[in-house]
Amino acid sequence: MNLFGIFSQIEKADPAIGEKMDFSRRKMLKTTSVAAAATPLFFAAMVNKAFAAEGCAGDAIEIVKFALTLEYLERDFYRAAQFKAGLVPSGARPYVVQIAKHEAQHVDLLEGVLGYKPNQMQPKYNMATLNAALADYPTFLAYAQALEDTGVRAYKGQAACLLEEDTATSRTVLAVALRIHSVEARHAAAVRYMRELRVWPSGGQNGMEPDAKIYAGEDMAMQGPINLVDYFNMSENKMKLYSPDMAARSVYESFDEPLKAAEVLAIAGPFFATPM
Amino acid sequence: MEELTSTSTPKKGPSVPAIPSVERRMFLRALGLTTVSAAALLTACQNSMNDLSPKISGARISADGVSFGEGDFAILNYAYALEQLETAFYMAVVEKKTFAAGSKEEMIFRDIHDHELVHREFFKLAIPADKRIGDLEFDVSSIDFTNRREVLNTARVLEDTGVAAYNGAGPLISKANSIYLTLAGKIVSVEARHASLISSLLQPGGGLFAGDYVVDNNGLEKMLTVSEVLGRAGKYIKTAINPASLLALESSKK
Repeated sequence: MNLFGIFSQIEKADPAIGEKMDFSRRKMLKTTSVAAAATPLFFAAMVNKAFAAEGCAGDAIEIVKFALTLEYLERDFYRAAQFKAGLVPSGARPYVVQIAKHEAQHVDLLEGVLGYKPNQMQPKYNMATLNAALADYPTFLAYAQALEDTGVRAYKGQAACLLEEDTATSRTVLAVALRIHSVEARHAAAVRYMRELRVWPSGGQNGMEPDAKIYAGEDMAMQGPINLVDYFNMSENKMKLYSPDMAARSVYESFDEPLKAAEVLAIAGPFFATPM
Repeated sequence: MEELTSTSTPKKGPSVPAIPSVERRMFLRALGLTTVSAAALLTACQNSMNDLSPKISGARISADGVSFGEGDFAILNYAYALEQLETAFYMAVVEKKTFAAGSKEEMIFRDIHDHELVHREFFKLAIPADKRIGDLEFDVSSIDFTNRREVLNTARVLEDTGVAAYNGAGPLISKANSIYLTLAGKIVSVEARHASLISSLLQPGGGLFAGDYVVDNNGLEKMLTVSEVLGRAGKYIKTAINPASLLALESSKK
């Protein structure tokens, strides 16, 4: 499967897509300042309203750009942490090295999907926010957890968008997005483990939270049409659990919840130079 | 900190405007399509349909075994079967007292058991009774439950397999039922957290939690086909199964 071949096929079928894929960059340069147009978050902020209602960042290409923005942030956050002498204790280095490696690979891969040059879409950061996030090791870990758990929620929120789009491109991107999603979850659990927290988000178990929005809506009783907290509060079901008194927490921990694209950008926003 | 905005990752090969062959190759590799031609892929699918036994050696496969059903129900039942297995495994670990009562590891295995049980009950409630597979029987007697390391490694393999199964099956869900993909996505990341946690118990401070054996050079978690999943998990499933409808669904979406 040649993704770039696919793109040109789509373009033939729908010339408007070519324009969209051209990043709407030229179009935007005409109507906005160069500085704003150079900031990828600004593109993400221009999410198509129809998609936004469902929480989608846009079509498959827009979703890749949305994901790439987050991956740049993660990569550059860990890179800065590694540069900062004395921040990461030697015992934690293998964890950080492994995570940083994956984030860099995700950037390379998503840039490749879009046909971008290295760092073509790299955002400008708010250095005050980044420096504060790297103030000391515990703060670094708190922010690493925030970025990983938010990343998990972000990819999760786009999966149904990609499935529903049902184009050759969206199917290809979906297969990749799912496989990044679970890697981010492995990272999130590892960072939480380093902080000696429970590795599954639930109320009161997330340690120092840089922003209450990160875990908003994580404690969900309803899954589809089923209220699982009610189900496990019934005595005959409760007793199937080893920790029957923690039934609600087990339900909350058993399901990670998605975030809409706009919610993710609201959390990540303070890291970027251009406010959204 | 200045490096942050000015660094440019040295990258291999030209990328723009020519079709970036390196990246294209990377991407094809990511999709597992570098060496397999379309024709070979079709043949492989045919083979997996006609000749199950060599590929799924561990499972008890039988034409009159439990069928997973049609369409999206096949995928939901596939997930339900795996959650049943995981619940049974963790229950066995706790009941057979692999870890000392009250130890950190024992508490973690109790927690994970409870999550798997929540997942199992969720699928039981979510799949209509006339579309749902029954309670499967399992045989985990091949596992030495007195061997801490073997139990941890088995748990790791089961979790890795679960994640890879969800990642492989997710795209098979029909777009009309995208809610199933969202629900599966809510569960798979919890399985990935289990895999990460168990790996941290096995290798504290190391990179096993997202090791190179399970994450490829593009930072993508490896995924598994139905045959590969049954090849790993099938040896614990005592009930005879018939995965033909699931395999047919999988090959129809290739």
